[in-house]
Amino acid sequence: MELFKSTIHALHDLLVKKEISATELTSSVFNRIDAVEPSIHSYITETRQQALVQAAAVDAQIGRGEPVAPLAGIPGALKDNICTQGIKTTCASKMLDNFIPPYNATVVEKLADQGAVVVGKANCDEFAMGGSTENSGFFITRNPWDTERVPGGSSGGSAAAVAAGQAIWALGSDTGGSIRQPAAFCGNVGLKPTYGRISRYGLVAFASSLDQIGPITRDVTDCALVLNAIAGYDAKDSTSINIEAPDYTKALVNDVKKLKIGLPKEYFGAGIQPEVAAAIKKSVDQLVAMGAEVREVSLPHTEYALPAYYLIAPAEASSNLARYDGVGFGHRAPGNDIIDMYKQTRSQGFGPEVKRRVMLGTYALSSGYYDAYYLKALQVRTLVKQDFDKVFAEVDVLITPTVPLTAFKIGELSDPLTMYLQDIYTIPINLAGLPAISLPCGFAQGLPVGMQIIGKPLAEATILQAAYAFEQANDYHARFAPLGEV
Amino acid sequence: MTYETVIGLEVHSELKTESKIFCGCSTKFGSEQNTNVCPVCLGLPGVLPVINEKVVEFAIRAGLALNCRILPFSKFDRKNYYYPDLPKNFQTSQYDLPIAVDGYLDIEVDGQIKRIGITRIHMEEDAGKLVHSGAISNSEYALVDYNRTGVPLIEIVSEPDLRSPAEAKAYLEKVKAILQYIDVSDCKMEEGSLRCDANISLRPVGTEPFGTKAELKNLNSFRSVQRGLEYEVERQTQVLEEGGRIIQETRSWDENKGVTLSMRSKEQAHDYRYFPEPDLVPIVVDPAQVDSIRASLPELPDARKARLIAAHGLSAYDAETITASRAMADYFDAVVTAGADAKAAANWLMGDVAKHLNATNMPVENCPVAPAQLAGLIALIAKGTITGKIAKTVFEGMWSSSKAAETIVKEQGLVQISDEGAIVAIVDGVIAANPQSVADFKAGKEKAIGFLVGQVMKQSKGRANPELVNKLLKERLAVL
Amino acid sequence: MKINRQDVEKVALLSRLDMTPEEIDTYAGQLNAILEYADVLNKLDTQGVEPTAHVLPLKNVMRPDEMRPSLPQELALSNAPEAEDGYFKVPKVMEG
Repeated sequence: MELFKSTIHALHDLLVKKEISATELTSSVFNRIDAVEPSIHSYITETRQQALVQAAAVDAQIGRGEPVAPLAGIPGALKDNICTQGIKTTCASKMLDNFIPPYNATVVEKLADQGAVVVGKANCDEFAMGGSTENSGFFITRNPWDTERVPGGSSGGSAAAVAAGQAIWALGSDTGGSIRQPAAFCGNVGLKPTYGRISRYGLVAFASSLDQIGPITRDVTDCALVLNAIAGYDAKDSTSINIEAPDYTKALVNDVKKLKIGLPKEYFGAGIQPEVAAAIKKSVDQLVAMGAEVREVSLPHTEYALPAYYLIAPAEASSNLARYDGVGFGHRAPGNDIIDMYKQTRSQGFGPEVKRRVMLGTYALSSGYYDAYYLKALQVRTLVKQDFDKVFAEVDVLITPTVPLTAFKIGELSDPLTMYLQDIYTIPINLAGLPAISLPCGFAQGLPVGMQIIGKPLAEATILQAAYAFEQANDYHARFAPLGEV
Repeated sequence: MTYETVIGLEVHSELKTESKIFCGCSTKFGSEQNTNVCPVCLGLPGVLPVINEKVVEFAIRAGLALNCRILPFSKFDRKNYYYPDLPKNFQTSQYDLPIAVDGYLDIEVDGQIKRIGITRIHMEEDAGKLVHSGAISNSEYALVDYNRTGVPLIEIVSEPDLRSPAEAKAYLEKVKAILQYIDVSDCKMEEGSLRCDANISLRPVGTEPFGTKAELKNLNSFRSVQRGLEYEVERQTQVLEEGGRIIQETRSWDENKGVTLSMRSKEQAHDYRYFPEPDLVPIVVDPAQVDSIRASLPELPDARKARLIAAHGLSAYDAETITASRAMADYFDAVVTAGADAKAAANWLMGDVAKHLNATNMPVENCPVAPAQLAGLIALIAKGTITGKIAKTVFEGMWSSSKAAETIVKEQGLVQISDEGAIVAIVDGVIAANPQSVADFKAGKEKAIGFLVGQVMKQSKGRANPELVNKLLKERLAVL
Repeated sequence: MKINRQDVEKVALLSRLDMTPEEIDTYAGQLNAILEYADVLNKLDTQGVEPTAHVLPLKNVMRPDEMRPSLPQELALSNAPEAEDGYFKVPKVMEG
């Protein structure tokens, strides 16, 4: 098998056994990028030089017989809304097409501590707003399973890169499903942690109370390894949880006996693509056969979660994106006076989806509407969270489809509202701040189907274990996107 | 129709913490532009704020010193508006749950003590500074310095209880004194660490509803606060007397022209769209912490003033003047502790010391005459070593050289002449040299003695003991 | 009609966005659809329900009052579209 199709854990073994070098591995990934990038377009920026320096350092360490961390020398991608010092960070927006952060995001520092190799900054929907990566201000990324289709969004570039072998692992960010949905569309494992589990310092904010960074990987073991590298308290993030993160590899136990699984009936109604529903059902049956217990539960406020999200997230975004004004960094348009400059800069720099959400959010917060929209949405959020709290008193995990459908064609969902509606299964989880993982559970017409496993706050280990057991009983993680011959 | 003035003041005070409110940059004033900045206070993409615990402590201290109730649960909110001195185009402030509410302070104007309510105190971050090329109105561009962005502020909002510009000035001075006493701020208006905006309206005397208010900005000194408000009272009175209506607007005080100017044409309706700051978690104040902060408060101006009156018999006016600033009060205490008589200390402080400080705008902390040295000077007068008049000369010497009084007296040979024999000699000499004055005195002109006393003092280069001069002159004249 | 042309103009101004008349119409239509969809929230009685602004029960997260190194001036200005003498330079600002 080609190196670029392998996993972190397998490659780590090869590295420490000195059967391959990090430089070799990194070059192999670069070659793969050369081969498929013209058809996939995962990357906004490639950092080849730096990557080779990072790889060389790891090789030197191994050469000296020093122990190396699990991610050492393993090439990965970072979604381009994660700040990398000295490396352009654009958030896939014309607004930041020349922005070079003078600092690293905390997760970037943590990856560097392990000696991970970063090969590039991955494409995404502009400022993480979208479900298909079609909102990127630069170009569209294509789904490696079918290049006429979207890879999902907003972390589409990250998911496509992993699926196409252009990265062994990647980081994405998830505000309403932006890790899980592209992971589902691209056949990857994608995990959104409990809110506060991973530092947001250096993640360009979209909706501050919902955003989280998370791993996108080939299998559950890799997911646990990346999580180990980046989870944990950060004093620079006031919303960071000050509880030590466990070793998530300890959760990789092939056992779901007595695991209580809840199937929220509101997630299995009409509107699900039949093959998706069938794949989920088959997967749940399999878990039951492996010893899990399943029951139907109810999350009665589910239908209100999406509209609440589309008031809360844009409201916070409208404030978070106010700083993009041409004054201190980023794009600047000429203007007769400062207000003129603000307007021209922002109108030129932002794409339509960003403008839409900024205006929606501004409206929801504005005088006379705050109570009816924003405040109301925050109250609904409480009810959504309480629904989950209640069911988690009875069950350990919830299982749902990640998305009601498989990857759609580029250009197919042109109406904004229709695009929003496909987030229906992922959004409530962000509102409640819960951890959730998506992993492949079947195929429909050659396209991956994603299954979502949701856990209680800080129960990453529980969902990892369930996911691991399921994964080991199947071989979806071993399948690779048929991207033509290389 | 007589109108009653109604004034409310919003005072912003920069807190003297080492680092900014949400990041570790220095709060030092006067640094080179954009050298006390970091990704956080620059509002770069991806950054997050973390509250400086000292800011909360200082805010609680201020709340307690201003007799407020500290809210047990308090949070931060975003105030959204666009301006180039605000990197994120929102200010992290406190909206509906500020740290302290319902306080008061007492002011004294024309001998009357009046209680002014304080609605609330909240924490917020300061903005940067704009430097305009040329005059604000026609500069083609502006330059921005973000050093000040993120410096911690407390905003103190008074109830509209002030009824005159003089009361407003007294209130502001009291706020400044209190904040300095509790050591949370330098309160230097000239450096911007104390700022004041005013809301002012008029209503017919005896009526309840408030009139339409104007908001005054650009009141950059105590003087401009009073002058600006006085101007507004006149302006609004004139408008109302002419049958016009006051427009609710923001007006800027122009110190040079001595007028307030409407900023209305450049004003946009601000919809601040306040919402809870998602990047900061709420503050739950521990009652034990509040008690401990309360216990650690120093003696506040009013209490200190009362003590000085009680302990030293100072007049209310003297005590008020001395306790107007903590540094002055501390200086006074030190002089008394060094052994000087309190009344004499007060007189010197409010007299020569104040005069010299004011002449060079020097804060009392930098006074070149140390408290113990002033006490030394006062002791020399009390002992009779020098006259009161000579003491002034000695003081000058002390001021410019920072030497002790005794040293200067010795160096300049200023010891008072108290030897009767020596004085008699000078007196006789003056009597002999001024027959006309002597004759005038003998003829009944009592005032002529003044001239003769003056001559004796002149002859003795001011060193003769004045009481002895008077006594001996009278004695010698009597025997003629 | 939840949001009309004037509302969009007002919101665009508050957001410092410049819009052509066609854009205003397009956005008005799209925003309308979204807000009408969000109307379903009004079916819910939320009387007495506490709003959730923070999903974590964290409080009193603070740091000690310690100075940390600032950026060198050059780096602070490194992304500035226009700078002069160590300042960020912007077009003329009206008092506001």
